[in-house]
Amino acid sequence: MMKTDTIAAIATAMTNSGIGIIRISGDDAIPIIKKIFRPKNAKKDMEHVESYTAHYGFIEEEGEVIDECIVLIMRAPSTYTKEDVVEIDSHGGVVVMRKILELVFKNGARPADPGEFTKRAFLNGRIDLSQAEAVMDLISAKNEFAMESSLKQLRGSVKRKIEQLRKQIIHQVAFIESALDDPEHYSVDGYGEELLEILRPVKQEVERLIATSSDGKILKEGIKTAIVGKPNAGKSSLLNVMVGEDRAIVTEIAGTTRDTLEESIHIHGIPLQLIDTAGIRDTQDIVEKIGVTKAKDTLDEADLVLYVIDGSKEIDENDEEIMSLIQGKKVITLVNKADLGKKVNVDYIKERVQGEVIVVSAKEETGIDEFYSALKDMFFEGQLEFNDEIYITNMRHKTALMNAKESLMQVEMSIEQEMPEDFYSIDLMNAYEELGFIIGESLEEDLVNEIFREFCMGK
Amino acid sequence: MPYLEEHFDVAVIGAGHAGCEAALACARLGFETVCFTVSIESVALMPCNPNIGGSSKGHLVKEIDALGGEMGKNIDRTYIQSKMLNESKGPAVHSLRAQADKQAYTLSMRHIMENTDHLTLKQAEVTEILVEDGKVTGVKTFSGATYHVKAVVLCTGTYLRARCIYGDVSNDTGPNGLSAANHLTESLKNLGIEMLRFKTGTPARIDKRSIDFSVMEEQKGDEKIVPFSFTNKPEDIQREQISCWLTYTNERTHEIIRNNIDRSPMYSGVIEGTGPRYCPSVEDKIMKFPDKERHQVFIEPEGEYTNEMYVGGMSSSMPEDVQYEMYRSVKGLENAKIVRNAYAIEYDCIKATQLKPSLEFKNIEGLFSGGQFNGSSGYEEAAAQGLMAGINAVRKLQGKEPIVLERSDGYIGVLIDDLVTKETHEPYRMMTSRAEYRLLLRQDNADLRLTPIGYEVGLIEQERFDYLNWKKEAIEKETKRLESTYIGGKKEVQELLEQYGSTPLKTAVSLAELIRRPELSYEAIAPIDAEREELSYDVIEQVNINIKYDGYIKRQLHQVEQFKKLEAKKIPENIVYEEIHNLRKEAIQKLNAIRPISIGQAKRISGVSPSDISVLLIHLEQLRR
Repeated sequence: MMKTDTIAAIATAMTNSGIGIIRISGDDAIPIIKKIFRPKNAKKDMEHVESYTAHYGFIEEEGEVIDECIVLIMRAPSTYTKEDVVEIDSHGGVVVMRKILELVFKNGARPADPGEFTKRAFLNGRIDLSQAEAVMDLISAKNEFAMESSLKQLRGSVKRKIEQLRKQIIHQVAFIESALDDPEHYSVDGYGEELLEILRPVKQEVERLIATSSDGKILKEGIKTAIVGKPNAGKSSLLNVMVGEDRAIVTEIAGTTRDTLEESIHIHGIPLQLIDTAGIRDTQDIVEKIGVTKAKDTLDEADLVLYVIDGSKEIDENDEEIMSLIQGKKVITLVNKADLGKKVNVDYIKERVQGEVIVVSAKEETGIDEFYSALKDMFFEGQLEFNDEIYITNMRHKTALMNAKESLMQVEMSIEQEMPEDFYSIDLMNAYEELGFIIGESLEEDLVNEIFREFCMGK
Repeated sequence: MPYLEEHFDVAVIGAGHAGCEAALACARLGFETVCFTVSIESVALMPCNPNIGGSSKGHLVKEIDALGGEMGKNIDRTYIQSKMLNESKGPAVHSLRAQADKQAYTLSMRHIMENTDHLTLKQAEVTEILVEDGKVTGVKTFSGATYHVKAVVLCTGTYLRARCIYGDVSNDTGPNGLSAANHLTESLKNLGIEMLRFKTGTPARIDKRSIDFSVMEEQKGDEKIVPFSFTNKPEDIQREQISCWLTYTNERTHEIIRNNIDRSPMYSGVIEGTGPRYCPSVEDKIMKFPDKERHQVFIEPEGEYTNEMYVGGMSSSMPEDVQYEMYRSVKGLENAKIVRNAYAIEYDCIKATQLKPSLEFKNIEGLFSGGQFNGSSGYEEAAAQGLMAGINAVRKLQGKEPIVLERSDGYIGVLIDDLVTKETHEPYRMMTSRAEYRLLLRQDNADLRLTPIGYEVGLIEQERFDYLNWKKEAIEKETKRLESTYIGGKKEVQELLEQYGSTPLKTAVSLAELIRRPELSYEAIAPIDAEREELSYDVIEQVNINIKYDGYIKRQLHQVEQFKKLEAKKIPENIVYEEIHNLRKEAIQKLNAIRPISIGQAKRISGVSPSDISVLLIHLEQLRR
């Protein structure tokens, strides 16, 4: 691989939440961070730490501390851009982040063009044409990098689904072709009827995918994450910390959250679809009761459960019920209200629930980093997967699906009209190709031009 | 010092099906051509099956004819039975096959070769290709004679270091005991050409008098014969036909083979060459389909004046005693007398990926090749390549761009593209399934597709080209008329529809609409089509197909449009793949090995992924800007 210049940008939305990520990608990413970052553990050499490790320390300019932050080191080629990538997680707000970014530039990086992380991912073969295209759709989104990685994941699941459908189709084409060339050994008697049966579910699946699409729909996708806990354990406060704004109503009265609230966020690039549930407890309040039932349903569907325990109170029967409900799920248990003094027995909880148990304070925002890194570990170790729901968000893909459906209908028509089998393969191949456009297996050269325009390349 | 020196424009090495087409094309285009063969008697020899055409191969013959080749005319002159295969299927897979009188076929082709201007037929073994500064300058024969030429077309077929084998008997000869060419391989290797070793095989020939045909199914020819050559009218070539016969292998046959499999040189390791998967020996079939209770065996005459019968479906390399036992276990062959034993043949051929799509070697200017030498199998595949290699050798001397047929132009395009793009590990056989756009590449419209190209090349005479243009117009005119002539539910119309089990009309429809109904056709609606003028059978055929399959044809045309976009994206010849940012190593290797001329071709190389293609496209776009 040729030497590339190193780019950097603020990768999170410029809000006043105070939390942000600066991302650096390229051959000099690690040498740059070595120059400006002083790890708390002075023995650490950033050039030699392992890939996918987080390091606590200080960003300094000429011996002066600019911010205290966490630095994540990711080495090529298993990164989004397939280059060395460094992330600086800062809590210092917009002004501080700008300052850090400038420092990064001073030390050899240059500002990233819009979509350039994606462009590199694309050119380095990390993502294919269609994925690049999907990212482009959202390139102006505030949270660019997060969107990119979210889409990367999303495309993965679409890809699997589409690949399945294509495999079924091509299998039938192969059979028809074999029968054409070797009629002695492959009989097509009654094949039409058989093919109708085989295509029915394929067409239904294509229709289902079409149904998930709606024009210009905002992507609302991620790891379905249910926040559960008994009333007033601090679920909504935690959600607020994660979301970075007062989305849920927080009161001192137990049972304020009557409905489930949903929020799509990205923690370190990991897309989460957060669902805050009403506290689970035995209740007489009708409105709240509906909320509780819903919470239990949500729990069933969730890919990840964040179980919030009020650490300032003893474990009660509600906690016991929740702990049995979440058996067998992927769980991170957060013992909240650490600021109020810990009353629960953490060791007991560790015995009762699987996964990490972390002591936090949503109010004081302590233990949050530990929580995030546990989340990250689970994600990168592949423990967390997306729910099966797949959404089609791209108009071209929707068109491709519609065309595929049309072709499958043509095949059905050919069968009904008792056309010879060799006619089926024309439309089967069309359906196959159309589906291929979605996952980049079929190539449209127009697309290249489009991507060029968007990426402003070659100037 | 060479004692004999002669000058020609082109030397064609070999006078088999590829060599004949190559030599005829060059000579007919006015270039002085010498064609070498190890035996003048073996010009256009058919050492294996006694037929021309068949599924997808019939298409090739029609295309050869449409371009101005000889094969179609020659089989029309010498066939003894003709049949359109797959008539119950769609028009795309209708395929013509004719049984040939082998002797007559050879003689007739030899006669043509001997009487073509500018063509010299010469019995000699070429042992060396002379190359200077990467350019062909001549060839040298075994006797030491030198022929100075500007281009060479290699069509050595199965003769290079050939070895025939059955059981533990092995002979260093070409097919039919003809002498092998044992020296040329060395010269080719010295030129840096990478060689492969392939094998193929043929069944025994059995004396007709020893066969009991009464227990076999008779396979007659078609009553109305369709010619291979577009220059022939059906009525002009009708003749008395000779039948073939169908019988089957049985459990006993399979048992004999299984019991003796360790004596088969294929399975004992004596044969090193790779055989064709799609033209398997009977041993291979028994081993591959163990559950199959029987396999078809076709008994086909080798000619009108011989008693030899070809045992189709039972090629073998078993020892002689096993052959007797095996053939005699087949119903009707109990008393079979074997005239010639079955055998396998091994031969040297090349990795065709060393060729450009024009069939010229990438690294030796003026050196072309065609036929089994390129790793294909079959007479028709050979002839098709020979023709193209010959045409392009001439184009080279004329300083013109080569003729490269695309996959959407014809089966020949598919064949050559596959050979030069995909690495072949076994003899390549043409198959219907290899052609993506086969509804457009029908055997019936080969002239419409390719004759204009043949005309441009110079192999199609004016009269034939004029007829083609007339035919095109007639088809268009008649199609338009049928699309725009409406007919209502008159009594005679409803009656006719009823007669064909077709739904009666409620409103007026176009005649084309009626033809489109599966149960109807152009001919069927004749009684209700008052304004119809009499048209020739070939026009009617096209009109009927165009209208009937209109929707499918349009959709396939759309596929071709998409395909052509990527074919049109040419890759510069001097591209340095190593310099392209982020191409994977494997892709760089493959792209360097094949040196594709277009993105479309690059996409078909195995080991080059869609994301590699994206990277390539982006790179080309950057170059362009």
